[in-house]
Amino acid sequence: MTADAVNPTETAIRERQVRRNWLLCVPALVLLVFAASGPLLIVLVYSFLEPGDYSGVIWKFSTEGWFQVVFSRDIFDETISLADAHLSIIWRSASLSLATTALTLLFGFPTAYFIATRPESHRAAWLFLITIPFWTNLLIRTFAIMEVVRNEGILNSALKGLGVIDEPIQLLYTETAVLIGMVYVYLPLMVLPLYAAMERLDFRLVEAAYDLYATRLRVLRRVIIPLVKPGIVAGSILVFVPSLGAYVTPRVLGGGKNMMLGNLIELQFGQGRNWPLGAALSLTLLVIVTVALLFYVRNVSRGSRYG
Amino acid sequence: MSEAATVDTANTTTAVDIRGVSKIFGAGSDAFTALDDVSVAIRENEFFTLLGPSGCGKTTLLRLIAGFEHATRGTVLLYGEDISDQPPYERPVNTVFQSYALFPHLTVAQNVSFGLEMLGREKSEIREAVDRMLKLVRMEPMRNRRTEQISGGQQQRVALARALAPRPKVLLLDEPLSALDLKLRKEMQGELKRLQHETGITFIFVTHDQEEALTMSDRVAVMNEGRILQVGSPREIYDRPGDRFVASFIGEMNFLVSKIESVESDRVRVVFPGGAAAFAERPKDFEPAGEVTLAVRPEYVRIENAGTPDTLPATVTEKVYFGTDTHYHLRLHDGAELVSRLQNARGREDTHPVGDRVGVRWATGSAQILKG
Repeated sequence: MTADAVNPTETAIRERQVRRNWLLCVPALVLLVFAASGPLLIVLVYSFLEPGDYSGVIWKFSTEGWFQVVFSRDIFDETISLADAHLSIIWRSASLSLATTALTLLFGFPTAYFIATRPESHRAAWLFLITIPFWTNLLIRTFAIMEVVRNEGILNSALKGLGVIDEPIQLLYTETAVLIGMVYVYLPLMVLPLYAAMERLDFRLVEAAYDLYATRLRVLRRVIIPLVKPGIVAGSILVFVPSLGAYVTPRVLGGGKNMMLGNLIELQFGQGRNWPLGAALSLTLLVIVTVALLFYVRNVSRGSRYG
Repeated sequence: MSEAATVDTANTTTAVDIRGVSKIFGAGSDAFTALDDVSVAIRENEFFTLLGPSGCGKTTLLRLIAGFEHATRGTVLLYGEDISDQPPYERPVNTVFQSYALFPHLTVAQNVSFGLEMLGREKSEIREAVDRMLKLVRMEPMRNRRTEQISGGQQQRVALARALAPRPKVLLLDEPLSALDLKLRKEMQGELKRLQHETGITFIFVTHDQEEALTMSDRVAVMNEGRILQVGSPREIYDRPGDRFVASFIGEMNFLVSKIESVESDRVRVVFPGGAAAFAERPKDFEPAGEVTLAVRPEYVRIENAGTPDTLPATVTEKVYFGTDTHYHLRLHDGAELVSRLQNARGREDTHPVGDRVGVRWATGSAQILKG
């Protein structure tokens, strides 16, 4: 060892620490390049190529894939019209994802509050219950929901048995069924970040607000919600983003009529044999997510300088 | 003025009347009695202190007045009105919390205006009140700061302004100075007295610091194990402690076991196990007899040369220097120990060295016989 290493100065130690920290980053960086940026680049390139006859791509520049996202060309006279099917799928994806986010927030907020206000020793058990569904394969959980909502399923039988309805309500293969399924699947992703934020919440602040003449509803609006906002933002992102690209749930519960973006993309890479369109649709999804997130984060953080 | 419950002194209204309040947390074998049949009347405009060791129930009593806890038994009256069942947001009472509990998502000024906004006051009125409050606690220049950008002492001031802004009938202070360092604490003690004087609001102050209680309060309630042991002015509490706990909790006290020899009109004569005799004040509320405890403050114990008439023979066992004064640890000939505190003065350094035989005495009126 050099004399410098035996008796290192403070800056030398710091420098070495910084170097070591960089080394620790390497696995994450490798993963980021090969698993995220690389594939994304391939998708971007493919979206500007021509489709091959039997799937795959032909290495020839074309903007047809992007064009087909929004427009359709008549095969006989080449007239251009809006691609209604695509647009309605994009619209359905966006609105169902928003509804899923809103409903998981509505159910998840009281749930997280309930858990966060239990005695510390009981909280782990409640969280455990929340995470149990993760142990089961998504497909199986979705089929379980199917069992609940189908015409002869638990829900309709119960309602019939109670005399609320005479004829079963057609839920399966509707957007409602997809929504129910997505809310069920994504609820834990809302509850966990909300709980994390509420657990950090200093409940003495709630007492202070009560003391200063705030009723329960106002305490919620003026103190609790602003303080757990980071959790609300995180939960919403965790639910909204995968909802937008959901594949299994709309496929099983929505049937063929209620396709979402995820299903449309799969179709292009599969039976559709139109990889450039699939790639362009994937990137469209990415753009929608990015825009929605930017809009949301900016809106939520405005009006409060906290968090 | 409310007709309900006027106290002994004329012209004083009772602001908060605690009547037979008990608070039991939990149930069954886990039950813990935090307050045990507490009754006390707190007067309008007074600086009233609840003093006691941690776990004595003082904070529970404060939380009962604020409305965060509800009494298991008994009632809480505010200006004669039973508020026992009212939630905190309906009680015209505000609290300064030990942790300050300032809203971290609001600025200093927004914190101060919170209560007034919740009361639905006019915008102009709120603005005026916030300005006045910030000026009162000298925090005007910081009004747009976030609460984590200001120091502990400043947070304390903001917490005070926030609690005072809605002009509560009673201000509750839960050990508000305990998080501050000594210098700042002294400064805030003065500040609190000034604020109480300027606002004319009844302050109920919780502390475990006896010095804080003595210097700031109009009256003090000494608590232990869920009970109020004594209520009185700082001087009454210090000079005439009602029992052994109060005597030992506040200031320093010598306790000497002795036997009553004779009771005279205003004094009693006691004998110590070693045979020496001394006088103490005759208790007013009970008749002492048999073996008793005599209590005398160290500063009232005088040291004379050995053999001086009417002194107890003793030996100096230790001397501890405290700057302003010196503590002499003394042993009486029967083995009982006591402390004498003498103010230091130049030229007196070498009087009564350790091992010196001396005589000890005190004025009859400064020693008392404790009950029980």
